[in-house]
Amino acid sequence: MTTLTKPETAAPRAPKRRRRISGLRLYTLVLIGWLILPIAIMILFGFNDTHGKQNFRWEGFTLRWYVHLFDKSDLTTAVVNSLTIALLSTLITTVLGTFAGLALGRYRFRGRGATNIVLFMAISCPEIVMGASLLSMFVTFNLPRGYLTILVAHVMFSIAFVAVTVRARVVGLDPSIEEAAQDLGAGPWARFRLVTLPTIMPGVVSGALLAFVLSIDDFVISNFTSGATVTFPLWIYGSTRTGTPPQVNVMGTLIFAVGVVIAIISARRNARAVR
Amino acid sequence: MAAKSGRLAPYLMILPSGLWLLAFFAIPLVLMVSLSLQTGNLVDGFQQTFHWRNYVDGLDTYGDKFVRSLWYGLLATGACIALAYPAAYWIAFHGGRHKSTYLFLLLLPYFVSFVLRTVSWKLVLTDNGPILGPLRDHGIVPDDFHILDTATAVVSGLTYNFLPFMVLPIYVALERVDHRVVEAAYDLYASRLHAFTKVILPLSLPGVFAGVIMTFVPISADYVNAEVLGGPQNTMIGNVIQSEYFGNSAYPVASALSFTLMAILLIGIFVYARTLGTKDVLEAAGR
Repeated sequence: MTTLTKPETAAPRAPKRRRRISGLRLYTLVLIGWLILPIAIMILFGFNDTHGKQNFRWEGFTLRWYVHLFDKSDLTTAVVNSLTIALLSTLITTVLGTFAGLALGRYRFRGRGATNIVLFMAISCPEIVMGASLLSMFVTFNLPRGYLTILVAHVMFSIAFVAVTVRARVVGLDPSIEEAAQDLGAGPWARFRLVTLPTIMPGVVSGALLAFVLSIDDFVISNFTSGATVTFPLWIYGSTRTGTPPQVNVMGTLIFAVGVVIAIISARRNARAVR
Repeated sequence: MAAKSGRLAPYLMILPSGLWLLAFFAIPLVLMVSLSLQTGNLVDGFQQTFHWRNYVDGLDTYGDKFVRSLWYGLLATGACIALAYPAAYWIAFHGGRHKSTYLFLLLLPYFVSFVLRTVSWKLVLTDNGPILGPLRDHGIVPDDFHILDTATAVVSGLTYNFLPFMVLPIYVALERVDHRVVEAAYDLYASRLHAFTKVILPLSLPGVFAGVIMTFVPISADYVNAEVLGGPQNTMIGNVIQSEYFGNSAYPVASALSFTLMAILLIGIFVYARTLGTKDVLEAAGR
């Protein structure tokens, strides 16, 4: 879209206007700089040749922490837990949430409004309340907390996000394509697999990415449902009192890099699809 | 056959998600309310006694923490609007070909996990850290300047962490503004200021509205920023709830506090939506 910058009638004011624009531009760049500063420091201090427990004074460049990345076995376990929980949670959530979003976007049925309200509540409820209520349930029924309870909780708080994302995609679709498939003799399953699924795929993929990010990033709900199991955010939180080791910076940097690369690739692909 | 399965289909598709949310969202909430009315302790167990005093005691003891959480929530949400709006405006109207690049750069820090981001922000604010350390060494910042363990540190951390939830909805709203409407305002001899205050700003308010809903609740309920950046003097209600559950195992009181927090925030959002919102909350959230 070509942007409107200035109306032709404002020609005499043009110089003033240009100055104002560059002021806002400068502001935006400063804001971006501010946002990126802590991340840059995190990446930099993954290369810090530190020897004490604290890692906030620059003591020279080293690749030591990359070489000894897996030296802290409990940290490695935490990262592996985070990754596997995120993958499993994404898998379950995407399947459940896609069907829910499809139903909400496509059908008018009794209870649709109520379902939308539940989804809205699940999205807007403070995480600490979700965590606290799950903990209340586990305490009431004397259920042991661990890997499984974290997974169950992650699926719970991600479902609504996936359902809403898929619903948004379904609402914009033309139902006549599916009717055409039906007229051509496609059964319900063939219709779903060959027509519906491919058309809603962008919504499903963004829902899945969202579910993965929500899960791998989650601290609060995991904090309440984890028991003795530790995930990456929980491990970092536990380390803040004694001093966060540089391996955390390295893990953070690697996850960051992978995320950025995936985002760039998918953006490129989208851009090409649009063209 | 088709008609029958057609009528049942939406229910079958909703069922798995519905059951999951029922079992792990709705029922736990009910159990939390039930637990909040019980008395007892971890050793002897808890009994249902409809002990409403858990709520009264909770508010009595931690009322100041509630007030502080809402205050920090207001400050950080306000800071998010003030910081996000100009940048979203510039990107939406003057970003040109590079709109998505600028947005991507704004969102870049959020590829790092929330806790790690907060820890990294703490590093920036640390007295002898990589930023304040050199500034202090060169006398640019006085020796007695501290920012860590202050309310400012907590609010800045909250602002930093939740900014994208404000930037994105405002950007989307500004991006949708029909440029012909703005041109019409200029054609009618509106000054730049008037074109902004009378046309662009009102059209972008739904974005601000959505942003406030998406930031105020999680900010007010947060305890990670207060724990990592605030020290013992600036704890929020989330810290109290967390330590009542885990430190003191005072489950009934902790449950009462959680429920009170949820009630305050939800009522606040509904009142806010009623007084300021042009559409109802559900519709706004559906966007």
